[in-house]
Amino acid sequence: MFQPDEKGFYGQYGGAYIPEMLIPNIEELKSCYLKIMESESFLSEYKKLFTDFAGRPSPLFKAERLSAKYGANIWLKREDLNHTGSHKLNNTIGQILIAREMGRTRIIAETGAGQHGVATATVCALMNMQCVVYMGETDIERQAPNVARMRMLGAEVRPALSGNRTLKDATNEALRDWIANPTDTFYIIGSVVGPHPYPDMVARLQAIISAEMKQQLKEKCGSELPDYVIACVGGGSNAAGSFYHFIDDASVKLIGAEAAGLGLDSGETAASIARGEPGVIHGSLTYLMQDDDGQIIEPYSISAGLDYPGVGPLHSYLMESGRATYLPVTDKEALEAALELTRMEGIIPALESAHALAILSKLNFKKSDRVVVTVSGRGDKDMKCYMDYFKLTDK
Amino acid sequence: MIMNNNINNALKGQKQITMNRLNKLFQEKKDLLSIYFTAGYPQLNDTMTVLTALQDAGIDFVEIGLPFSDPLADGPVIQQSSNLALKNGMSLNRIFEQLGDMRKTITMPVTFMGYINPVLKFGIEKFVKLCAKTGIDGLIIPDLPFEIYIEKYKELFDDNGISNIFLITPQTPEERVRMLDENSSSFLYMVSSAAVTGAKKGISEVQTDYFRRIKDMKLKTPKVVGFGISDRESYQRVCNYSEGAIIGSAFVKMLGQSQNLKSDIKEFIATIK
Repeated sequence: MFQPDEKGFYGQYGGAYIPEMLIPNIEELKSCYLKIMESESFLSEYKKLFTDFAGRPSPLFKAERLSAKYGANIWLKREDLNHTGSHKLNNTIGQILIAREMGRTRIIAETGAGQHGVATATVCALMNMQCVVYMGETDIERQAPNVARMRMLGAEVRPALSGNRTLKDATNEALRDWIANPTDTFYIIGSVVGPHPYPDMVARLQAIISAEMKQQLKEKCGSELPDYVIACVGGGSNAAGSFYHFIDDASVKLIGAEAAGLGLDSGETAASIARGEPGVIHGSLTYLMQDDDGQIIEPYSISAGLDYPGVGPLHSYLMESGRATYLPVTDKEALEAALELTRMEGIIPALESAHALAILSKLNFKKSDRVVVTVSGRGDKDMKCYMDYFKLTDK
Repeated sequence: MIMNNNINNALKGQKQITMNRLNKLFQEKKDLLSIYFTAGYPQLNDTMTVLTALQDAGIDFVEIGLPFSDPLADGPVIQQSSNLALKNGMSLNRIFEQLGDMRKTITMPVTFMGYINPVLKFGIEKFVKLCAKTGIDGLIIPDLPFEIYIEKYKELFDDNGISNIFLITPQTPEERVRMLDENSSSFLYMVSSAAVTGAKKGISEVQTDYFRRIKDMKLKTPKVVGFGISDRESYQRVCNYSEGAIIGSAFVKMLGQSQNLKSDIKEFIATIK
């Protein structure tokens, strides 16, 4: 019911609204991604890399102090402990194996916070492939540690200079690169966005998150179903992965945390579901922040990874069908939640993940509720922001 | 490429649309020169000035760009002109106002090139009807792929006599070229190389091989080459393989630097034709 149809539509959302220049590449990928992903050679290599390279499964950790504070059983899915520091590697390992199978030698990617860029640069180093990462100039400044990591890994980081110079603009540049390099290049998209089959392919690759959750919950609590799954949503890949195997279990409440920036009505927000309406961005029909003339509104969030005016079409569909709920979280709420997790559980989360954690104070739980929050990444890259906001530097 | 049933059914049901200005032009003339410019650029109210000057300078048809915030098939020159046009206040409502009386003076075919999102937001039915009323002959919407067009919008376009113009590229498989050819009602927009607009200068051997390959397919639809055509040499070379060429970025770049639109446009066209 929540799978896309053969043209990539989830209900009315998704599809492949792409120029003719990209059609041959997309058609080729569409015709082979499932075949490759279901092949034995892919599965065995993928599993090997997941355990030996990425360090999976990522732990499911009972956050005792948060549980006491919020009056529920709160579990953290520790994607921050995945190699490279976020869930992004789950996707890039899968896509680079697909790219290799398709005979591509050059990899391009877009990145916001730099986590997807690092995860892409990492697998390119591993597979000895050329790697170009597009990143908005604004993000290059605010996520400097990840830029350094990508360069050390051998990737070329190209600044996107249009718009607000953030994730949307980096994605535009990556698509333009793909148009100009149609034969040797594979575009590793970092989220459940873009033209079909990307949203489905990325969701399937990130589905490992909820597959592990189920197994871990069963081992730890005796039941594989939680009452809540909470994840942050920019494009929505960690949320798609966290929701994936629970979508058909109606008892599991699925909650997405959108970046409200300075507030939903401040004009400085990235809450695409709360403040958007259906439109076409980066090849997909989905909720999109746009003005009365259909021009895309520049988003804003303190979190570079959530600073995107659209959202994956799966999420538009889950929202519209009522299967998932999306709640806005402001910069300030996310920052406070980041500090709370750090001081109460000894985990410094990424700013993106902090949006998911901020949901805890917005819901009324029952004492018996089992709540899983996906900590999609670790906060090393955000230290400058945290130091400034919490005034942690020497006087 | 395997066509699905919906498309096959749609193809069977296709109607022949009546001959418009574009069909007439392609019947009567060869080596056509078309120019792309961005509406509302360099100044908001320059649209009619540029259009009139282009007709006076003797071009054969025109492609008016509808600015979009995120034009992913366009290079820096057209991106910048689009941004400036939007800052100037250009919108679909505004362009229809500006071109409302266009057909009192403009006799050449006029096409719009724009991205799908502003059109969807405006209302695609209202948009296509207003295009017909304004005297627009064809639409180029790069991010509206053939399959979605056939399924959802072909009837609307046909009923209003608006020709939807498809792109072909060096990578388009032969079977797909045939399918696009079959479904074209005015011309095929032949993208000269794998690139966004304004990226390349000159025409290479690889490109002429591609042009020759398409020419040898003896398509029913005339072809006009665009992307990377910037001067007389590239214009003349591609005319050996097609019915004409479209110049965009090079012209828009000139507009951005122009002190006198009328005379500069005349001069620019004189260097091509």
